Amino acid sequence: MTETSKPAAGKGAVARFLESDIYASFRSSPLAMAAAVIVLAMFVGAVLATLIAPYDPFDPAKVFLSDASLPPRWQDGGDPRFFLGTDDQGRDMFSAILYGLQVSLMVGGLGVALAALIGITLGLVAGYVGGRTDALIMRVADVQLTFPAILIALLIDGVVHSVFKGISRETSAIPVLVVSIGLSFWVQYARTVRSSTFVEKGKDYVSAARLVGLPAPVIMWRHVLPNVLGPVLIILTINLGLAVITEATLSFLGVGLPPTEPSLGTLIAIGNQYLFSGEWWIVAFPGATLAILVLSVNLLGDWLRDALNPKLR
Amino acid sequence: MSEASLVVVRGLRRDFDISRPWLNRLFEGQRRLFLRAVDDVSFEIAKGCTFALVGESGSGKSTVARMVVGLLPPSDGEVTIDGISMQSASDSGSRQKLRRRIQMIFQDPYASLNPRWRVSRVIAEPINTFGLLKGEAVTKKVGELLTLVGLHPDDGDKFPHEFSGGQRQRIAIARALAAHAEFIVCDEPTSALDVSVQAQILNLMRDLQKEFGLTLLFISHNLAVVRHMADRIGVMYLGRVVETGDSRALFARPRHPYTRMLLDAVPDLDMSGRQRTPVAGEIPNPINPPSGCTFHPRCPQANERCRREIPAMIDGVACHAVEEGRAG
Repeated sequence: MTETSKPAAGKGAVARFLESDIYASFRSSPLAMAAAVIVLAMFVGAVLATLIAPYDPFDPAKVFLSDASLPPRWQDGGDPRFFLGTDDQGRDMFSAILYGLQVSLMVGGLGVALAALIGITLGLVAGYVGGRTDALIMRVADVQLTFPAILIALLIDGVVHSVFKGISRETSAIPVLVVSIGLSFWVQYARTVRSSTFVEKGKDYVSAARLVGLPAPVIMWRHVLPNVLGPVLIILTINLGLAVITEATLSFLGVGLPPTEPSLGTLIAIGNQYLFSGEWWIVAFPGATLAILVLSVNLLGDWLRDALNPKLR
Repeated sequence: MSEASLVVVRGLRRDFDISRPWLNRLFEGQRRLFLRAVDDVSFEIAKGCTFALVGESGSGKSTVARMVVGLLPPSDGEVTIDGISMQSASDSGSRQKLRRRIQMIFQDPYASLNPRWRVSRVIAEPINTFGLLKGEAVTKKVGELLTLVGLHPDDGDKFPHEFSGGQRQRIAIARALAAHAEFIVCDEPTSALDVSVQAQILNLMRDLQKEFGLTLLFISHNLAVVRHMADRIGVMYLGRVVETGDSRALFARPRHPYTRMLLDAVPDLDMSGRQRTPVAGEIPNPINPPSGCTFHPRCPQANERCRREIPAMIDGVACHAVEEGRAG
């Protein structure tokens, strides 16, 4: 594939981006900037959790039960060492949230990526090829839709544990969650991509590409895909939020990550038990983090939808 | 005319399957339904000439165009370009060689250019696909092509939506010329454009045709456009060619009743003395076409034979009335 006319031909890619309409639209939307700052901060915090976090919540040698259930620093009985308080085992909440964010974002991101990969591929093929292939793929999608993510996760979890006997939850949890999220979310991508592909393949620019004899996969990749990605990008961002919530739900129900390697969902599940005994911070801070993350990601997705539409520029 | 013909179309036919889905047919007891969009269409185009197909909407003009360029496989018949049959060129090498020589200009310039691609990439695609040039030479060639169609080489950095309809059609023409195609099929290239822009585009196409010796198949429902462009004309009605002839002769002395009907409907000062028959009725439903000559329900000269027999193409016209000398 020779791509002779890449946009960033002369100038540097960064300079090009700073002059672009997308960046201008970004600068003119305070909401998008605020959401981006929050998402970016959470990503950086998650990626650099081991460096930023004041304590290692997974190191039993540094966790003391005498520090258990301390309230946040500004409350009566708060300990200046633990800004957001500690949980029932004496782990620093702030550190635990950072580590939990890391796990949640990784599982959510990989799950959504897998779902998008499966969904976009199948949707493109179904829409472009049509006929029986289309009918087959879309009926599979319909059946898929009747299984909720939780059921799929339970099924896969059960299968994994019976196939690999004696596998620990620590090793199996993340792959099981990623595959379950991937398998339960792909239908949305497939349907969206399929219907857009149906529209696009009837347009004459696809005919022009067929005319010069490009093979179908190349046309799908180069011509159709860029034109159907707009809606996918929106689903992608909204699904990232949903995937994080799904992971949290599964972990809350005990199918997901174990308490030794907690995600935000596990932290909420743990904290939930202490809510009515007055130790609200154990559940409130992970919960608020989850809510703010999902909201920011969605706001960013909304802005991106408008910014990436060339007709709205 | 046959020895210099670049394009030869023989007995082209196309049926579309318009049946309901299999399950519906099974439960509702329906049979398969076919629509014959094009039936037994034959013509030849001499090198460097323009052949125009005219007809109302639904007469099958665009279906012929799509079959001629190979976007749609014909149900029957054959398209031969310079002695090589499109249908039998099965190995990818010879097929690709043939494809390089054919290009198409589409009706809707808003849909024929990929909206996410910069113009230079759109024009460079045929060059790159056929591997004609490499690297810097491609950029230079794209600039030349843009200049050739009356745009600026810097326009290559823009996206299609930054251009007007006429400018987009110029870009489409540049793309069609990029791989040095000899034969260009134009499917109503100006019908989506403003009247003021139509003439510019048509003149550009004529100039380029002269410059590169292009052979054109021109599809249109606009008789004024056809008169301006075509050397020879084929008039289509409900999937069949009813009359062919030299452009001048056909406009001066139309023979088939349908051709006359079309020409009479053109508002033209020169024809004010002639008796006018307005285009009566509409094109029938091609799913259930009339028996015999498909034009008979609208034809002022139809008789019993026209309702029974399909007229054969004799001396450039397929009509019983002309054959029997009844047509005045």
